[in-house]
Amino acid sequence: MELKPGTKVKPAGTTAEFIVIRSPGGALELTGGGAPLDGEAGELLIGKRYSDDEGLIELLCTQSGPGPLLLNGRALAAKAAKALPSSD
Amino acid sequence: MNIVTLLDMVASVDPGRVVVGDAASGLTAGELRELATKAATELADQPGRPLLFAGTATEAFPIMLFGAAAAGRPFAPISYRLAPGPFAALVRNQLPATLVAQQRGAGKLPPLDGLRVATPEAYLDVVRRAEPSGREPDQDPDRPAVLLHTSGTTGDPKVAVLRHRHLTSYVLNGTELLGAGRDEAALVSVPPYHIAGVAGLLTGLYGGRRIVQLPNFEARAWVETAAAQRITHAMVVPTMLARIIAVLAETGETLPSLRHLSYGGGRMPRPVIEQALELLPHVGFVNAYGLTETTSSIAILGPEDHRAAKTAEDPAVRARLDSVGKPLPGVEIVVRDASGAGLGAGERGELWVRGPQVSGEYASSSRIDAEGWFRTQDAGRIDHDGYVHVEGRLDDVIVRGGENLSPGEIENVLIGHPDVADAAVFGSPDEEWGEIVVAAVVLRPGAEVEEKEVQDWVATHLRSSRVPAEVRFLPDLPRSDVGKVLRRVLRHQLTHSPHHSRSTP
Repeated sequence: MELKPGTKVKPAGTTAEFIVIRSPGGALELTGGGAPLDGEAGELLIGKRYSDDEGLIELLCTQSGPGPLLLNGRALAAKAAKALPSSD
Repeated sequence: MNIVTLLDMVASVDPGRVVVGDAASGLTAGELRELATKAATELADQPGRPLLFAGTATEAFPIMLFGAAAAGRPFAPISYRLAPGPFAALVRNQLPATLVAQQRGAGKLPPLDGLRVATPEAYLDVVRRAEPSGREPDQDPDRPAVLLHTSGTTGDPKVAVLRHRHLTSYVLNGTELLGAGRDEAALVSVPPYHIAGVAGLLTGLYGGRRIVQLPNFEARAWVETAAAQRITHAMVVPTMLARIIAVLAETGETLPSLRHLSYGGGRMPRPVIEQALELLPHVGFVNAYGLTETTSSIAILGPEDHRAAKTAEDPAVRARLDSVGKPLPGVEIVVRDASGAGLGAGERGELWVRGPQVSGEYASSSRIDAEGWFRTQDAGRIDHDGYVHVEGRLDDVIVRGGENLSPGEIENVLIGHPDVADAAVFGSPDEEWGEIVVAAVVLRPGAEVEEKEVQDWVATHLRSSRVPAEVRFLPDLPRSDVGKVLRRVLRHQLTHSPHHSRSTP
């Protein structure tokens, strides 16, 4: 399916839901749950952002569910949170 | 994504969390979401047209902001303090539209075609009785979300366009969903039409930090509210902090719950922040630099830097208190000369910024270049350690005999004089020098000072080129309602009044 920024996604295989923040375009397949790869299983958590190593795609989890999250078969990882001191 | 999704996420995880108002009686995330959905039903009558909001910071502000977002309409907070003429002109510019305004602003409006008008109270009554909207909010990140009038301290105000992607990038970049402790509460005293009012609402809500609104800033009320509501976080503009400090010094209030105080929206005089550090030793201070067009903060000086500067022997480390710290993650700031060529560390030029939160766009045109850079029109430099120093608006830089002088540097010295309460410096045309330095000075009550004394004071602290050629004594400085010095007004006022070399008590 086409993943445009703003698209809401409910990948097959998990109850987790996402919204696309950034996407390279082209044919992309997102799947969730199933067999854990490379120890990337665990819960997909609301509020976490998931991206590939290159940072080409980014999805915000809007509802938690079982992981992992796979893009074209490759696991996406949660971005490390950078807690900034609030400024406004 | 749409900013209303930020609210949806908070409400789905913790619907009972109080997000706005008193800890016991305030609005919960679930209630706010329901009211926003109902407001979207009511706002379906003018698709895509602005919702103008000319109210103080009350519960109506977040309800109308998220209601407009859910309905796919831009939210345009405007100043309720504007005179009837400019207010009507601004409204006319946005027609057709809905205007939710307190009587004061809307009372003198002529009848206008395509304008629906209501007070916040009346509109909320209708909203409460409405059915929740069944429509899925449009998630297109490119839709305009918020229209803000820039302060226009150097020219005519412009309408800055912030799209959903600018606001959501800003929030997600620095805020963890419900990352705040349950006891945290933020006091918001900037008005809804200030970028920090909008950004503070969104980050506070997404982080789960209860927002306490102070509709009209008054220092004593701010201190009392902070104490009574056990406020842990707050943001103020420099003029507010100066007045808060005076109240703390007078009353002895120590605000033990307060942990975090951020300031921005103008240059902070060094004596004010030094006294604040002294009076509130348990508080972490953050200096934030940002513009309306950059969706609030793009650089911050954090609590550690404030503490280090306070105790440092090294003048370079102390001088960091005059900086705005380092760019936020994902934001790039560079310094360039007038031709657009890059400058090195320590060199003065114009600050350029790039990043996903940077809009740089006005209703009439975009000012983002092909590489994504936005020229801030702020003069500044970045030192060898990467700290960004902002020296005021480019237009305010004084060019005296070919040398560029920063008004802020001179103002800092003036305000350090024991008899000076406030000061502003600007350039005045001069045949010999091109421009000369003029200082407008407000003295403390009862003080009497001569022009010569002020000039000597500056001469003992700065090079001679920075000594004001003229010192003008005023009862107060003209400021915008969020505390920015109106140099245009000041310049006009002083070129049309006689010059006395003595203060008149």
